[in-house]
Amino acid sequence: MASEVLVQTEEPRVNYLTNGHTVKSWLLTLDHKRIGLLYLFSISIFFAIGGIYASLIRLELITPQGDLMTAETYNRVFTMHGVMMIFFFLIPSIPATLGNFLLPLMLGAKDVAFPKLNLLSWYVFMLGAILMLITMMTGGVDTGWTFYPPYSSIYSNTQVTLAGVSIFITGFSSILTGLNFMVTIHTMRAPGLTWFRLPLFVWAHYATSLIQVLGTPVVAITVLALAFERTLQIGIFDPKLGGDPVLFQHMFWFYSHPAVYIMIIPSMGVISELIAAMTRKRVFGYHFVAFSSLAIAVFGFLVWGHHMFTSSQSMYAGMVFSLITYAVAIPSAIKTFNWTATIYKGSVSYDTPMIYALAFIGLFTIGGMTGLFLAALGLDVHLHDTYFVVAHFHYVMVGGAIIGYLGGLHFWWPKMTGRMYPEIWGRISAVIIFLGFNLTFFPQFIVGYLGMPRRYHAYVPEFQVWHILSSAGASILALGFLMPVAYLLWSLKYGEKVGDNPWMAAGLEWETSSPPPTENFTYQPIIDHDAYEFEHVKEIKEAAAKEAALRTA
Amino acid sequence: MTGALATARGTDSPGFGQLPMSLSLLFQYEFIPEQASKFAMEVDLFYLALWLMTIVFSIGIAIAAGIFMFKYRRKSAGEIPEQIEGAMTLELTWTIIPLLISLGIFGWGAKLYYQMYTPPKESLEIFVTGKQWMWRAQHPDGQREINTLHVPVGRRVKLTMTSEDVLHAYFIPAFRTKADVVPGRYTTTWFEATKPGTYHIFCAEYCGTQHSGMIGTVTVQDPADYQAWLSGTSKESPVLAGQRIFGNLGCVTCHLESGTGRGPKLNELYNQTAKLNNGTTVTVDDAYIRESILNPMAKVVEKYEPVMPSFQGQVSEEQIQQLIAYIKSIGPKDAAASAQAKPAASPAAAKPATPAAAKPAAAPAKSE
Amino acid sequence: MAEHAAHHPGLAHHFVSMEQQKEAGTVGMWLFLLTEVMFFGGLFLAYTIYRAKYPSGFTQGSHLLSVPLGGLNTVVLIVSSLTMAMAVYYSQFGDRKKLLGFLVVTLLLGSVFLVVKYFEYTEKFHHHLFPAVGFYNPSADHPPTQFHQPVRVFLWIYFLMTGLHALHMIIGIGLLLVLIYLTHKGKFTKYYNSPIEIFGLYWHFVDIVWIFLFPLLYLTGYHLSSGGH
Repeated sequence: MASEVLVQTEEPRVNYLTNGHTVKSWLLTLDHKRIGLLYLFSISIFFAIGGIYASLIRLELITPQGDLMTAETYNRVFTMHGVMMIFFFLIPSIPATLGNFLLPLMLGAKDVAFPKLNLLSWYVFMLGAILMLITMMTGGVDTGWTFYPPYSSIYSNTQVTLAGVSIFITGFSSILTGLNFMVTIHTMRAPGLTWFRLPLFVWAHYATSLIQVLGTPVVAITVLALAFERTLQIGIFDPKLGGDPVLFQHMFWFYSHPAVYIMIIPSMGVISELIAAMTRKRVFGYHFVAFSSLAIAVFGFLVWGHHMFTSSQSMYAGMVFSLITYAVAIPSAIKTFNWTATIYKGSVSYDTPMIYALAFIGLFTIGGMTGLFLAALGLDVHLHDTYFVVAHFHYVMVGGAIIGYLGGLHFWWPKMTGRMYPEIWGRISAVIIFLGFNLTFFPQFIVGYLGMPRRYHAYVPEFQVWHILSSAGASILALGFLMPVAYLLWSLKYGEKVGDNPWMAAGLEWETSSPPPTENFTYQPIIDHDAYEFEHVKEIKEAAAKEAALRTA
Repeated sequence: MTGALATARGTDSPGFGQLPMSLSLLFQYEFIPEQASKFAMEVDLFYLALWLMTIVFSIGIAIAAGIFMFKYRRKSAGEIPEQIEGAMTLELTWTIIPLLISLGIFGWGAKLYYQMYTPPKESLEIFVTGKQWMWRAQHPDGQREINTLHVPVGRRVKLTMTSEDVLHAYFIPAFRTKADVVPGRYTTTWFEATKPGTYHIFCAEYCGTQHSGMIGTVTVQDPADYQAWLSGTSKESPVLAGQRIFGNLGCVTCHLESGTGRGPKLNELYNQTAKLNNGTTVTVDDAYIRESILNPMAKVVEKYEPVMPSFQGQVSEEQIQQLIAYIKSIGPKDAAASAQAKPAASPAAAKPATPAAAKPAAAPAKSE
Repeated sequence: MAEHAAHHPGLAHHFVSMEQQKEAGTVGMWLFLLTEVMFFGGLFLAYTIYRAKYPSGFTQGSHLLSVPLGGLNTVVLIVSSLTMAMAVYYSQFGDRKKLLGFLVVTLLLGSVFLVVKYFEYTEKFHHHLFPAVGFYNPSADHPPTQFHQPVRVFLWIYFLMTGLHALHMIIGIGLLLVLIYLTHKGKFTKYYNSPIEIFGLYWHFVDIVWIFLFPLLYLTGYHLSSGGH
């Protein structure tokens, strides 16, 4: 399309990928784009490990007897699935890869505020990850990713302390990234780029970073206390020594509920960008969408007790937490309605990113609405700790966070690599993922309401039919996840070179070359308009001029 | 599927070889578990109402998105659609309507929760202890069972629960009740069974290796059957057992009935307010008694020396429950919250009002 | 001034100006301190809950701590905050000599704090007041039952909170050593002194944490036992 036009620069400039080819040039890089790719590479491995664990779970649950593996093994498998996916994939997924890559580009900056800290945070992340891999190889953990004492502190014979130290360390990576992003957004915006001219992706990352900075320290101190509890028997969470196991739950969820928003808010930011670019329309109700991210982040800190409605927390505390939880539902609903309204009277492309965006809206709607079931006190008493919860958070985490991540990865792939993935395969795999996902997790709502508790190695036979459907769906889902791995890698070498702005999207990141030079821009960008103003996109103008020329010819 | 489950665990289930057959079973399955308690109907109604709302919203959004997708598909590469900034009225509409709906759901949920968390005064009180990986139940008349629970139909039953080791959760799907079972504290839940039958008990809070094996059955019986079951298993009542332990552990040497011992007298104490040596007061309830047995220094009653040793490790959770039952039985008569408070003057009088006195054991349907 | 500073060797390549660099550093440190507040916050929460649960245990536990030593450390830290503020003040004039002097005094005061803390800790270990496995008190006038669970919980909170605080002091002293070295080398000038100022924020924060810890841990026994609720 616009490929001839873009070759304005005479010779191929050195871009961030070609600026140094040694391993050292990658491992000691201070370039936020390379660090983003380091993260992308690492978390893909952890996603694969978590995925293998997920497959083992689904295989085991095909039959009710628990015949594939022993209960000990199964408990380790689901724990490691959760730990890998949450701490080593979902939390860093969008912020550390796409966020790292795009934030300075979107702000018109040369880098994040603290490039060395950024690299350090990757090393800290890898240190934590290596400790977790050692944990895994020396037997894993069987406490569930929630590490509830006194099981985790006294009764479990597995590597709880090592896993706790690993999560403690990984937490600092998250804190450093969040801190870096917040400072970057505050101080590194290009001249003219005021807060309300920022893309919604940046707003979402600001909200996310706030949670990372405020929440992660609390879980750090909590797992640290748990590690002391286990090694020295300090008794802070041990009722036999005067401690209180429910205190752990409060401290754990004070972080871990907001952590859910660390996973979903960046994805919401991605979806805003995708829908705007694919419909060529400014996101409907920009200010509402921007502030709803912040509202979710702030309210998210006040709702942790909704994980504890049946935990012997006081009834009135439960009511307060339930009420505030509904306050979080409102900004999520606002976002969904605004995205849908953005499509109205747009110029809608059916390319892969749009399919992911639509999938996100659908799955997130179901995921969010089933959250209302769980926040409803009297109903949660029945639903708590059943597969209904499992289905709900997978709808939000996979159907929301991962779909957003994949959509964003496809959308910015040509920006990162300079090459396009095969579009047809992109669409096919997106549809397969959507169908496989629903078949995997929708039956779990039903089996959950029927009473199937989570973390069960064997179960009563009448639940089997739902588990078979779920496992069948999981195999389709796995196929859907494998396809992008194959064609994205393929495109690195064989993908079509499509120029700087193949989507004809509005956004500062599309104004520089693809892949961008190490310093991001060869000039100092100065911003004089709002986000998503498509009349400023030169590729659209050129395409329109071409069409006009064709028509007159 | 109607009626009760045959057995919870013994049934052979289809293995890998019978997959197609079990798929055909799909159509025989219901989407809602057995309704066997007063709560069940209300919870289900709520659940279905929420699904209705979910479906309306999801399909509404899907239809809107689908129409927009089709109608406004990109027609030329160079087109820029007319830009719309937003609409305040629309934003307010889809802020306020979800807000009102949410508040409605909150109110509905809170009302149900309030009922579930407020055990009625007149109820049959059963102690439940969770332990890796079994459920022990102790009835007011002394019957004990493991991994089963017998309750009469149409009578309110309150479960007071604690754990000997890790966290558990007592979950009866057919009753729509669940409560965590926490070491170091008492939690309660209650229900009124409406339909005789056998239903699942699941442990819902992950508790270690055999978590998925920590399951059992609750048997709801007609009053007559229940009486037969009760009389079939005659056991020492918790009050009597508590009295015995009270003597064996030597509690009786300090907690004299006259009040002149080294410890405060315990008669007429249950549910009363006691003054502590730091100036605060405490209500003598189950949790306080338990704390005082295990951790006597935490809250010492005014004018008494902190000399009581801890009985941590010497008494089991069940024995503590029995001690509490005993102290409750010698408490003020009107203050007893449950139906089972009775004087412990003589063993015969300690027998409850239910006609479950020592009858010959007929068919011990109790624990395994 | 921006023109002048733009060529400063202290300006990293990705910043546009010294002002931007300094602002980034300052905002970054404030955010970092926010994470620190949350980090200690978890322990303050535990403190609050257990103090409400075991008032008498906290009274007894508090009386096991030495108020004179804790008080001495409080004074030492407050003075060190003053000397740090003076260091920041002189760094803004580029007065290298006075800056160096005040940094060294701050370092010495910080070290005094840690030495006192060391003696406090060893005294506790000596009396078996470190409540790990095998915690007991062998002395005759304190029979073991006196050291029941609530005191144990108090001591744990004491060790966790002051230990975490001492760790921050150690990190602070390490950073001070680096700053003293850089000052000695003449790195800091009237135009480039943000590291001193930013470190000052950290040092004051660590002091303030102690200002909270001292009454909550050392003095609470006097409050609770005389308080009469």
